[in-house]
Amino acid sequence: MGIVSPGFHGRRRQGDVKLPPGQYLTDDFPVLSAGPTPRVGQDEWEFVVTTETGERHRWSWREFLALPSETPTVDIHCVTKWSKLGTTWTGVSLDTLLADVETTADYALARSYGGYTTNLPLEDLLDGRAWLAYRFDGEDLHPEHGGPVRLLVPHLYFWKSAKWVHGLDLLTQDEPGFWETAGYHDYGDPWLEQRYQGD
Amino acid sequence: MGADAEAGMRAAGAGGGAAGGGAVPGAEAVVYEDTGAYQDGNALAGPLSEVFGVDVTRAAVRCTACGLAGPLPGLRVYAHAPGAVARCPGCEHVVLRLVLGNGTAWLDLRGTVGLRVPLA
Repeated sequence: MGIVSPGFHGRRRQGDVKLPPGQYLTDDFPVLSAGPTPRVGQDEWEFVVTTETGERHRWSWREFLALPSETPTVDIHCVTKWSKLGTTWTGVSLDTLLADVETTADYALARSYGGYTTNLPLEDLLDGRAWLAYRFDGEDLHPEHGGPVRLLVPHLYFWKSAKWVHGLDLLTQDEPGFWETAGYHDYGDPWLEQRYQGD
Repeated sequence: MGADAEAGMRAAGAGGGAAGGGAVPGAEAVVYEDTGAYQDGNALAGPLSEVFGVDVTRAAVRCTACGLAGPLPGLRVYAHAPGAVARCPGCEHVVLRLVLGNGTAWLDLRGTVGLRVPLA
């Protein structure tokens, strides 16, 4: 049973630290992966937004880096119950990337190199709540943690922050992703402990 | 199991997942680093026997992506994840996923043509 009920046991929550229900505090950065690690060079990396009409918006690595960056410091919460506080990333806000994308979509499906997918309401990617992150703690993002670029949506469980992100499909209907089709919650709010379907 | 990173480098198709229709990302060839972060399919023996009530380590599977057939213990099981993900050793396609939570088992077998289970 242990292999499918993973738990990373860090220090228990400190009295003055507020964590979502059921979470433990860790200073480590555990690596979770559902498969081998894709190696995507910066020169071959691209990010593609595909709207509900099929229109594609594409950024090469160079074009992506030319966009204004931000350096958010955020808490992250993994559904396997660890939380890590005060993590600092460098990335480009999805507000910036989607500013010139015309869409009436309500949903997004993030797609990663290697085939991973995860779905989110489009509004959860906007208003300063989501980034494409390419640096962690001042260093280039390591492939183990999703480099060269990962999605960062810290207000949802961390499986929504897709590693090795490659694109976003903007959709008029919700399309569950990799874990959402295998029992995990469609939305995944850690403060409401939305781990599994039905939570 | 597992090889060092260099020896483990190989090209493979997109590694399955729940990708549905839509555009292209994920469909191109991807180079993977084999970090050896997997167990063999025997790691599924306990949880699957709870679901099926029989010893499925004697079962045979066939990958829907590349057609490779073999015993279930030959799968590569990635368990440092929100669930167990068993991949084809030939092409990394997801053959089986198992999530246990809230007293429920979610079992996804879409990556295998079938599951041949000896009953005696």
